[in-house]
Parts: sequence; C-alpha cells; structure tokens
Amino acid sequence: MNVLVCISEVPDTTSKIEFTDGNRAFDTIGISFVINPYDEFGLTWAIGLRERQGAKVTAVTVGKELVEPTLRKVLAIGADDAIRIDAEPKDSYQVASELAALIEAGEYDLVITGRESIDYNGSAVPGFLAAMLDWPFVNACVQLEVEDGEARAQREIDGGRETLSFPLPAVIAGQKGLVEERDLKIPNMRGIVMARKKPLTTKESIGTPAEIQSQGFEKPAPKSAVTLIDSDNLDELIKRLHEAVKVI
Amino acid sequence: MNTVVFAETNDEGKFRKNAAESVSYAKRIAEMAGGRVTAVSFGASDPGDLSRYGADQITNLSGEAGTRFSPELWAQVLSEVAQGEIYILPHSNDGAAMAPFLALKCDAALVTQAIDYPTAVSPLRVKRQAFSGKGMMEVAVQRERVVLTLVQNSVGQTEWDCQSGVTEKSVHWGSPKVVVKSRALAKGKVDLKEADVVVSAGRGLKGPENWGMIETLAELLNAAVACSKPVSDLGWRPHSEHVGQTGKTIAPNLYIAIGISGAIQHLAGVSGSKNILVINSDPDAPFFQAADYGVVGDLFKVVPQLIAKLKAYRTQNA
Repeated sequence: MNVLVCISEVPDTTSKIEFTDGNRAFDTIGISFVINPYDEFGLTWAIGLRERQGAKVTAVTVGKELVEPTLRKVLAIGADDAIRIDAEPKDSYQVASELAALIEAGEYDLVITGRESIDYNGSAVPGFLAAMLDWPFVNACVQLEVEDGEARAQREIDGGRETLSFPLPAVIAGQKGLVEERDLKIPNMRGIVMARKKPLTTKESIGTPAEIQSQGFEKPAPKSAVTLIDSDNLDELIKRLHEAVKVI
Repeated sequence: MNTVVFAETNDEGKFRKNAAESVSYAKRIAEMAGGRVTAVSFGASDPGDLSRYGADQITNLSGEAGTRFSPELWAQVLSEVAQGEIYILPHSNDGAAMAPFLALKCDAALVTQAIDYPTAVSPLRVKRQAFSGKGMMEVAVQRERVVLTLVQNSVGQTEWDCQSGVTEKSVHWGSPKVVVKSRALAKGKVDLKEADVVVSAGRGLKGPENWGMIETLAELLNAAVACSKPVSDLGWRPHSEHVGQTGKTIAPNLYIAIGISGAIQHLAGVSGSKNILVINSDPDAPFFQAADYGVVGDLFKVVPQLIAKLKAYRTQNA
C-alpha cells in the first residue's frame, strides 16, 4: 500500500501577516514556516496506517529549495521518503497539475492532502487532483479506514456527517478527526537523525502556468474602539443588540 | 455574460441561505455585465423561491441518484444543463468539493473563497479570503469562463424585482465513485457557517458541564454554537464547532465570544464578523481590541443575567 501525503508549507499559525512591495507581496521577513496544520492530520494518519497495517508513506511538496527543511521535518516525523517538485507554487490548478503528473507516473493507492492550506485557503488542489486522475474524492474527511483496496470514510457536511464507501485509489482531503490533535507527533532526536538519511528527491516541474494572477493584498479593516458596557447595566447591551446590531 | 448558480438545498429540499446569497450575487454580476442568471437546484421542494433573489431561470433537477451528493456527478450534470461564462457556488463543503470538477468540465479557471462582488467582470477581478481571515487577496483571471465559490454570509442576500421561468427536469445520473451510506444531521440546529448570530465560548467556562447557558443563550438568539481551539482539543466540544485559523472561518452578523481571550489564530477565524461582542473577566484580554462591544465581568454572572434580560425583552415584545 503506497500512500502519498501532499504537504504545503505555510506561515506558523501565530504569525502576524504583513504585506510588502506596495501590498503586492506577502512579507516573509520574520515568518517561520511550518507544515500546514491540515496536512499534519493526514501525515499522522498515514504513519499510523503503516504501523497498523503496513504501508509506504511518501511525502511530496511543490516548491523551491527553501521548502526542504519542512520536508526534512516531515521525514523526521516519520514519512519514509520525500519528493520536492521544483516549481514555485502559484495557484491550485498549477500545483494540482504538477502533483497529478507525479501520481500518474507512480503507483499510489491513496493520496492525502489537507482540507485547505491556511495561507491561500484555496481548498481546490485535492478536488482538482481527483478530477484530473478520475479518482474518488472525499473532502472534509474526519475518519478513514482502508482494507483490501476498499475505504470507508466519514465526511463533515454542513450541519452533520456522511458515512461513505469507495474503492482505492482515491484522493482524500483531511482535517482534524482523521487523527486527534494529541496524536500529532513532534520530531524526536532519533527521528531527526534518521531523516538525514532518508531519500529526498527532486523532480523537475512540468511547467504548467498559473490561471489566477494576484493583484495585491489587504488586511481586514481595523475595528474602531470597543464600546464597553457595564456588567451591571445589561439593559444598555440589549438596547444596542436591538438598535445597532439588529439581531433582536 | 451569463451566470449559472448552484443553488444548494438541505435534506428537506428547502433552499439553504447560501442559495439566496449566491443567486443575488449572480444578479449583481448580470447588472454589471448583462446576461441571464440561471439557478440550478437538485431536488428543491419549491424552486420558485429563488425568483425574488434575481434568477431569470430556475432549473430544478430530479432523479433518484441526485438526492445523494457526488462531486463528479453533480458537476457533470450542472455543466450539461446550463451554460454560462461565470458559475457561482457557495463555499460550503459540497460546493467546495464540486468546484474543481466543474472547472475542469467547463474548461474554466477556478477562484475559491470570494468575499465580495467582482470589481470588474472581463477579465474578472475579485477579492478572496487569504491567510484564513488575516488577509484578503485580489485576483484577476484571464479566462473566458470562471467557476467562483462564494464564502457563506460574505455579501448577504438581496431581493430583486424579477420574473423567473421554472423548469423541472429529470436527468439521468451515472454511478457515483463514492457511495453515501448514510447521513447524520443535527436536527433543529442552526448551521455555524450560515448563522446570522454565533455564540462561542472558550476555556473561561471551566468545563463542558457549563455549556448549558451557552446553548440557552444561542437558542434565544436563534444562533449557532461555536468554541475555541483549546476547548475542542480538550474534547469539551466537537471539532465541528471549532472556530479559528485551523477550524472554521465564519462571517456572521454578530459573534459573541464568552471566556475566550482572543489569540491571533482565533481572531483570524472571526475577523469577517460584522459585529463582535466580547464577555470576559479579564479587562486586558486581547479580544477586546478586536471587539465592537465588550462586557468586563464574571461570565458566570453576566451570561445568566443576559439570558434573563433577553427573555424579559422577548416577553415584552412578543
């Protein structure tokens, strides 16, 4: 069983986001980059599968050389090998095209991505991949079991859950629930040492162009000063909820 | 420039709030660039409902398999029954799953998570969410066709004076690649992503046994219940209620944060809220900086008092 875990490198969740170059670019100064939190759930699930049932776990990312420390971290957490597709990620269609070319040339039974990346929030790469490969697709996946080429999964829907079954190979877009937050692994010394010896290969880009051009960024408008209401005068709050907010 | 809308329904065949929002969004594009708005629904009980939001044509599809969601089949059927230059889908879990399939089927570019009306339509320029609510990004698309997903509650719904033609159509569905065995839906609950009011609580509540008052407050305001990340990690509340950078990003009219300090990751997920009310005993909680209204006080006293005041208000104004 070969599992491919797609990894995106994103700014640490504690990062303050600033823009530079006349708001045309994301300012990476002082930003530390981490594995996309949604991808970590899939990575940990895949490592768990290997421990329970046996599997090979390959990690892949689309990025230039600067992303290699993140891939080494993925190896230290427990992936068996890693692939870097040598292209600057521009949009979901381009990234999915690069990944689909790799997957078509390989022998993967399962491809797992995060539900979305927390930087550009596209949530389109996994669906594009499934559509390009003509494979079953489950987004917002919160539970997954595989056996003998068949999978059962649970998917979050707006206001509930669906229980699904489908054959492999398939594309899964995962989130919390695949594994729990407490199951996530922090690389230990042994893992870090072993990661140095694990294969990290570079694959040439197929050169698909992006379809979407960024025109610039802005931050959400700052709030004006807070109106404090005395806790002994909640009638004032009721009045505001009625007159200004209009929810009652 | 014709627009096609995927008008989402719930399990009872009623249109979701996002259907009205998506149709009125499409109508705005038609006002800017001309063209017709066609809404396509799957198993709607009363398709004519969408007329007042600006649909020129409503096509309601039926057929047995269509009652269960399948991203590839729904995208295929949608692309076959209605053609346009812009396709609009809500960025719900179903809409987001279908969108890439639809983009490939229609040979269209895909823009997800739009949060405002386009500033131009040819080529399309629109603002979309980025950095999980910490930023916004304007994008331009140099393609003749675009599939666009719209963040729920981002622009709201608008009513238009409009006459719609309604067509019922039975379609042949193929076999889905993924079989839906069962669906479990929380009955009588307001969906978090489309709620007008959200009541959210954090570790300040001290334990899951204290959520009764949060639910009571939510019920009084017809609100959805949410929580902070630590609360969901501790297992006090389900993951599906976690709001923040790695949970759900929401944009209600009113977000009430009770006993939540306001970490940067949490603020990211609620920055799209039109109004924020913070109730916290710590006057230095960072959340007050991001709030419109604040009450400094012991939440175990403030929340029950607020509930009592709301009940009294309801009785007086019934």
